[in-house]
Amino acid sequence: MNPFSFTRASDPTEALRLFTGNASYLGGGTNLVDLMRETVARPERLVDVTGLSDTIEETEDGGLLIGAAVRNTALAEHRMVRTRYPILSRAILAGASAQIRNMATVGGNLLQRTRCTYFYDTDGSRCNKRAPGSGCDAIEGFNRNHAILGASPACVATHPSDMCVALAALDATVHLTGAGGARSLPFTALHSLPGDHPDIDTVLDPGELITAIELPWLPFAATSTYRKVRDRASYAFALVSVAAALKLDQGRITDVRIALGGVAHRPWRALKAEAALRGAAPTEQVFRDAAIAELADARPLKDNGFKVELAKRTLVAVLVDLAGVAA
Amino acid sequence: MSIIINGSAAALPGDPRVSLLDFLREDLHLSGTKKGCNQGACGACTVLVDGQRILSCLALAVQFDGREVTTIEGVGHGNELHPLQQAFIEHDGFQCGYCTPGQICSAIGMAAEAQRGVPSHVSADLSADVILTREELQERMSGNLCRCGAHNGIIDAITMTVAADLAA
Repeated sequence: MNPFSFTRASDPTEALRLFTGNASYLGGGTNLVDLMRETVARPERLVDVTGLSDTIEETEDGGLLIGAAVRNTALAEHRMVRTRYPILSRAILAGASAQIRNMATVGGNLLQRTRCTYFYDTDGSRCNKRAPGSGCDAIEGFNRNHAILGASPACVATHPSDMCVALAALDATVHLTGAGGARSLPFTALHSLPGDHPDIDTVLDPGELITAIELPWLPFAATSTYRKVRDRASYAFALVSVAAALKLDQGRITDVRIALGGVAHRPWRALKAEAALRGAAPTEQVFRDAAIAELADARPLKDNGFKVELAKRTLVAVLVDLAGVAA
Repeated sequence: MSIIINGSAAALPGDPRVSLLDFLREDLHLSGTKKGCNQGACGACTVLVDGQRILSCLALAVQFDGREVTTIEGVGHGNELHPLQQAFIEHDGFQCGYCTPGQICSAIGMAAEAQRGVPSHVSADLSADVILTREELQERMSGNLCRCGAHNGIIDAITMTVAADLAA
């Protein structure tokens, strides 16, 4: 690990002031400390932001405002999250291990880096995300875990978070503060597709700080879930995951939210599937057609063609389950 | 800057690169906490911070100023074993023993989570009281790997202590 200085911020203003030069904000450390040990990340200054807001409050319009320093476990176990947004509790509980969920913050979860093994292999592999312009060894390499949607010739990495898939489906908002003041972004606008600059994961400005996540009032999210398919029953990253919420009224789908994980460089909001479902009858054939529409643009690599059918089947299975509950 | 380890205060390391794990083992010579993968994949380094189980390999010691850490050396009372330690002996919950301190610290933290109603990935009802079935225990303990074959003994030991306590 390269040398760095360590400071602790007690509020966002102090955090911005302490963030100078080649710095990184530090949350629970579950990803950043590992990246630093592997010298993938080499910040010269760490600003500990775990002392910032760790509260979960109901907003005036009935949503929830979640401080960026809230630990993953605290969010998953929160009474209102469990009952109003089970999609979010379930996504968090499907990720990592209990020890890591106790450490990891909400803000840090959003900013974790891909687990592409070529990204981590500083000694032996080319990686445009780690060393821009060096090439990508995953494209012709062992790419069973990699992206099938939205990838580029520069990068086929996937976003590793489960929680973010639920946040994408829920139309969450990200609250930020930076040198230019405070601003808010739709959650789905936070993460980038790789394009020519896979070294850039998000649209955040340098030093810009995530202060909170806001969930909208969304009553039908009480009928929502998260399903994750992985190589072992627990403690593994997703091959494919589906976060979905479904609203039925008089035998029709009146509202629906879907996002996919494990398939792209960012949590993949499934707008095509949603459009195909709105107003339709909740039948398995309709679900299947919606899944086919969403995956029509999939471009599998050498080893991950199975993900296309897996994503379709998982999406159909989740919708069948939710339709059974919502009916 | 100081940290409380098993009830005693200790000065934090000057170099912020030192992990909580290395601080415990190298500086304080508390070698009960084990270094397995050193990258957050195996759980051998699990300790309790203010009662919550965490991975000490992914924790920078300087982040834990003023916090209370309990390691395997601190779970019993003097020569009296923690009930989980006794149960691990009775149920052959270890063979090589390398994952054992992490397993036991993790199980203590897991019991507290279950007690306060934290659901898990396999909980059918997110809001129901936790019943620590074998499936629940396996899911909740999945962050601690045993690679020498004692897994079933570990789950038996936890079932006989923690799960029995909760049911009582």
